[in-house]
Amino acid sequence: MKTLAGTGGLVRLILRRDRIVLPLWILLICAIAMSYVQSYGDLFPTAESRRSYANNAGFITLYGELSGTSLGEFVTWRLGFVPVMIGLISLLTVIRHTRVEEESGRRELLGSSVVGRHAQLAAALLATFGANLVLAVLLALGMHSQDLPMAGSVAIGAEFAGVGWLFAAVGAVAAQLTASAGTARGIAISVLGAAYVLRAAGDTSAHTDGPLAWLSWLSPIGWAQRIHPYGDNRWWLAILVLVATSALVAVAVYLSVRRDVGAGLLPARPGPAEGDLGSPLALAWRLHRGMLAAWTVGFALLGFLFGGVAEGVGDMMRDDPKVQEVFQRLGGSAGLIDSFFAGVMTIVGLIASAYAVQATLRLRAEEASGRAEPVLATATSRLRWAGSHLAFSLLGPALALLVAGAAEGLAYGSAIGDVGGQLPRLIGASLAQLPAVWVLAAIAIAIFGLFPRLSPAAWAGPAICLLIGLVSGGVRLDDWVRNISPFSHLPQLPGGATSAGPLITLLAIAAVLGIAGLVGLRRRDMPVG
Amino acid sequence: MPAAISTEGLVKTFGRTRALDDLDLEVRTGEVHGFLGPNGAGKTTTIRILLGMTRGDSGTVRLLDGDPWSDATDLHRRLAYVPGDVTLWPNLSGGEAIDLLGRMRGGVDKKRKSELLERFDLDPRKKARTYSKGNRQKVALVAALASDVELLLLDEPTSGLDPLMEEVFREVVQEISEREGRTVLLSSHILSEVEALCDRVTIIRAGRAVESGTLSELRHLTRTSIQTELAGSMDGLAQLDGVHNLRVDDGRVRFDVDTDNINAVLRRLTEIGVRSLVSQPPSLEELFLRLYQPEAAR
Repeated sequence: MKTLAGTGGLVRLILRRDRIVLPLWILLICAIAMSYVQSYGDLFPTAESRRSYANNAGFITLYGELSGTSLGEFVTWRLGFVPVMIGLISLLTVIRHTRVEEESGRRELLGSSVVGRHAQLAAALLATFGANLVLAVLLALGMHSQDLPMAGSVAIGAEFAGVGWLFAAVGAVAAQLTASAGTARGIAISVLGAAYVLRAAGDTSAHTDGPLAWLSWLSPIGWAQRIHPYGDNRWWLAILVLVATSALVAVAVYLSVRRDVGAGLLPARPGPAEGDLGSPLALAWRLHRGMLAAWTVGFALLGFLFGGVAEGVGDMMRDDPKVQEVFQRLGGSAGLIDSFFAGVMTIVGLIASAYAVQATLRLRAEEASGRAEPVLATATSRLRWAGSHLAFSLLGPALALLVAGAAEGLAYGSAIGDVGGQLPRLIGASLAQLPAVWVLAAIAIAIFGLFPRLSPAAWAGPAICLLIGLVSGGVRLDDWVRNISPFSHLPQLPGGATSAGPLITLLAIAAVLGIAGLVGLRRRDMPVG
Repeated sequence: MPAAISTEGLVKTFGRTRALDDLDLEVRTGEVHGFLGPNGAGKTTTIRILLGMTRGDSGTVRLLDGDPWSDATDLHRRLAYVPGDVTLWPNLSGGEAIDLLGRMRGGVDKKRKSELLERFDLDPRKKARTYSKGNRQKVALVAALASDVELLLLDEPTSGLDPLMEEVFREVVQEISEREGRTVLLSSHILSEVEALCDRVTIIRAGRAVESGTLSELRHLTRTSIQTELAGSMDGLAQLDGVHNLRVDDGRVRFDVDTDNINAVLRRLTEIGVRSLVSQPPSLEELFLRLYQPEAAR
């Protein structure tokens, strides 16, 4: 057991470093789940209303198939996207405490003390597994406290934590593969995305009696969802997830003993001896292009997915007057499919704002790592340096939204034989999200310029908007709460009425915040550690 | 000719910490100026103010006859900077980083670059993430030394270099200062490096310049260690000007004496009567050690 020496100390270090974030996401997820029991119970009191609400291709793609009409099953179904979020947080946590530590060189410092070869990996996994376990216990108790059956509450805890465990292990494997934390994150997130898309495709196919239903069984998210908490409570699937997790951990350990500290399994290729980069913008392009490509491909896939299921949504809703009523209530008098798309656009816009914040915070990463200093010591002004990165954080999301809208237009348009009509409509509706996205990017710029040490707080923007979006689906929120989110002020497109007023106001807010941030950046000391 | 760098009464505080406390620094055009001081004395803060990254709270700063804060971009075309702790973009090769920094400064001399790459024995094709600390330092050094600038700001540039490479660094700096007459501000801890390269030095401690001058001027500040057996009473010896750390053991008297007072002290010793005497020559190292220490310990 010498290879595990020091694991306990490292676990404490991880818990100390994550002492705010870890409890925050655990409590937040529990709170969302518990709030859904009350709100969705009130909104959809009967089995019939629940079945008809859940029975449409759009929801099935997003959340999967409803397993039964009891309140517990209905709420679990409606929370179908939460396990994906837990998987994402878990894999990011593991990579943060393994590969990032190695890349920064801190691992080496610790490695020279009495810390075993496997201690870092074991500690990161233990901490993440432990966090998911705490989540499972709290969630089970919380759901039970809302008068749901105990067995089902334990099962939903097992479903959520199971996905967390499995993707923590995926993160552990990815962290062994490359020397770069960014690439490791990309690999692990791709696996998560693939698992989600497989489940979505399989479930959608099953719903339409298509031949691809088996795809869901390739996805660990599909397994976890088929535990069917509050229904059959199929524990053997939880065990399957656990077995897969153990296998992945074994793979990660196997890989880690076959590489050196700091190195990856995939060899680093030599680069050119002479560079053709010669300006801040060229450097920014080099630093942002991978992120831009990944997000653009992701948005295209998302667009095709939503565009592809839209027609089915319409079919189903035409059959069922009750669902029509629900959707009309949600989306106003606009056409049913339009209201579906309008909902989709908000989701796409929220994701684009996460990209915008990520790209903006690249500035802070450059500053804090010390890489900005040699650049700013050349004939590059701060504004030019910042501008070259901001070009990507402002125009990158614009491109991503354009691509998402185009993919939706192509997929939906070709399904109904009206590409020429749908393409510009949906591109327009998608791009209409941009002012809200830019407001969140501008908040990030302002924080970076004025309070650089608080930069990570910029993530609160997309997080709060997501939360308002999630909760307002179920609970009637006070207007002032809804109004915090810039997305609440966007026109309901396609189909809804457009007025330039709110869009211009949002753009003006974004401009003011962005300029404030840049003024702050010009006046402050650099680099702030 | 105006000074390349001059600061007067420069003050910079970070919260409650007074990083620079009334700092005066003058670097004359064409000289290699050593900038010494213990860790945390304010060397890096000074250099960042000279680069216009950080703004002083009060006092004046002139650099190449401009204001480093408001004329930063223009001044940066005329200077090159090597940070003490070089971080590079992990997925760029060393060669790409060198060319990038050079071009953004206004151009690289290709011939000079390849000559420097060879002398520093650096493989420019490696990705930055695979470089050791010393090699990252070399990337920054090549980028700075290959550019055609008037002023070099070097912040502990040889940390992480092996002795062979330190030697190369010395040669190159000597060349550019003697042949090309460029000005260099060299922050360093390595005394032999400073002795070999610098015309003048400034020593700072706790944000304040404690000594400044040529090395031979500084030698006057050094002390000679004397060990002697005396024939008579040593009364009054400790009260003489320039005598420090006087202690007696086994009938032997040991003390340090300031170089300027040595003559007077020796005269007094011979008056008393000297049985034996050993003296140790002054060393700059001792001077620096003494100047590095906080006021109370000296």
